[in-house]
Amino acid sequence: MSQARHSAFRSVAAHAVLISWTVIALFPVFVIVVNSMKSRKAIFADPLSLPGPGNFDLVGYTTVLAQGDFFQYFLNSLIVTVASLFCVLLFGAMAAFSLSEYRFRGNTLLGLYLALGIMIPIRLGTVAILQMMVASGLVNTLTALVLVYTAQGLPLAVFILSEFMRTVSEDLKNAGRIDGLSEYTIFFRLVLPLVRPAMATVAVFTMIPIWNDLWFPLILAPSEGTKTITLGSQVFIGQFVTNWNAVLAALSLAIVPVLVLYLIFSRQLIRGITAGAVK
Amino acid sequence: MAERRAFRWHIAVFLAPAVLVYSALMIVPLFGTLNLSLFNLDATKTRVFVGLANFATLFGDPRWSDAFWNALGNNLWFFVVHMLVQNPVGILLAAILSSPRLRMAAFYRTAIFIPTILSFVIVGFVWKLILSPIWGIAPGMLDMVGLKSLFAPWLGKEEYALTTLALISVWQFVGIPMMLIYAALLSIPDEVIEAAEMDGVTGWSQFLKIKLPLILPSIGIISILTFVGNFNAFDLIYVSQGALAGPNFSTDILGTFLYRTFFGFQLQLGDPHMGATIASAMFFIILVGVCFYLFAIQTRLRRYQF
Repeated sequence: MSQARHSAFRSVAAHAVLISWTVIALFPVFVIVVNSMKSRKAIFADPLSLPGPGNFDLVGYTTVLAQGDFFQYFLNSLIVTVASLFCVLLFGAMAAFSLSEYRFRGNTLLGLYLALGIMIPIRLGTVAILQMMVASGLVNTLTALVLVYTAQGLPLAVFILSEFMRTVSEDLKNAGRIDGLSEYTIFFRLVLPLVRPAMATVAVFTMIPIWNDLWFPLILAPSEGTKTITLGSQVFIGQFVTNWNAVLAALSLAIVPVLVLYLIFSRQLIRGITAGAVK
Repeated sequence: MAERRAFRWHIAVFLAPAVLVYSALMIVPLFGTLNLSLFNLDATKTRVFVGLANFATLFGDPRWSDAFWNALGNNLWFFVVHMLVQNPVGILLAAILSSPRLRMAAFYRTAIFIPTILSFVIVGFVWKLILSPIWGIAPGMLDMVGLKSLFAPWLGKEEYALTTLALISVWQFVGIPMMLIYAALLSIPDEVIEAAEMDGVTGWSQFLKIKLPLILPSIGIISILTFVGNFNAFDLIYVSQGALAGPNFSTDILGTFLYRTFFGFQLQLGDPHMGATIASAMFFIILVGVCFYLFAIQTRLRRYQF
């Protein structure tokens, strides 16, 4: 009897702690989204009230969407993120496959060489990267960003994926070899589909920092045509500092894509982590 | 038998793209930066080799060293706040989340991780709004509970600004230690927990005596990730306080110092050589930290195989 009461108390305490932190975590997001849908007067008078019949106003969104640039920024971010993600996953999986599947001289050393990038941030090479991009004429192109982000994402991708590829059954691959499949076919047709959960984990870990990065867009591609949404909204905040509706609407729109992708992948994410690679 | 196996081209094909991109954009620029830090311009504006003179300037010449030591000290404090607040809170949340039969665990996990996926632009802006003395929500909320006198413009005061920013960063990134510790706790086999329960070790003492030793390697990894992340931080300070890291450089960390030096600000021109010197100094600080972890801490952690 007292045991049961004790455990009920503990469960209430556990929920209390989790609920309080959830409120702390979500409160700022709530503030942005709620106020982006209110009239200017209501934002200032009562920032915590919900949008209702009296103060509902989408003027912020119409201002943002009337700015053609914003759509362009959005597109730039999308192109950069998708292209980098594709390169990281493809190149990373290829390298991880050869490191985990074949024995050759220098295998371990190469693995360590590629893992070095997990610990050393790519930003420290910025000075030389900028000089290199200037020399090759890639400044203010999206290609420059894709190249940098691919290099940035590869170390972790190779590390996680090679852990997973070790778990793919040897027999399956050997059966493929006996049937006369080439090593390329084995990789693309047999192994890749089996490590899909790991790919999702890598995708989340790679995508978030790319979508949110401010440093490289600011340095390598600050021109009007190549601004990403993160840099664009930073500039937007500077220009429209008094137009609160527009700023809040812009920020709400910038949250949406990454939030949607996170919610899609979040189930895979925890499965990927618990399956062992990042332990 | 003695014949050498033919060169296996497919290995090279599989490795080439990753190794090429990674070397060209990560390793080569890193060494380029290290190399550039050994050069500077002489009186006639030609580039000359100066050895370690740039480092001597950075550490010893008051025009540079004041800013450098200030940034380094701030960065250390930034890291200390993360270690004292972010990681314990992360571990606590993970410990609660991993308790069996907890309802809505997936919801809490997803919600608490959401700040981590937000961009620094959003985070910096929204916290500036909440803490603003003019429009801010914080003064109003403190007023509601009768504590208005406690409010101060935290981001604008030299003595509070850095700690406030560090706590904002903790708020944003607490999801990462939570997820990793949560995964580590889930991977503890049930037999171990059952054996502990048989012996009457439950609840809090079970966590301290059984689970904590088993997740120490994960805590080590979190600490080193926090270290690398903090000494590489830039965005949050830049979006909320600008490149000048105000008020009066009280929130200046190595990342913002590097940015200002390399690109210049206001009337000062950018200086690639001193910028490279600062980047190299950051590289060595991170290297020392990572080596300390790998050799002094990780080798002493006992790992358990199940």
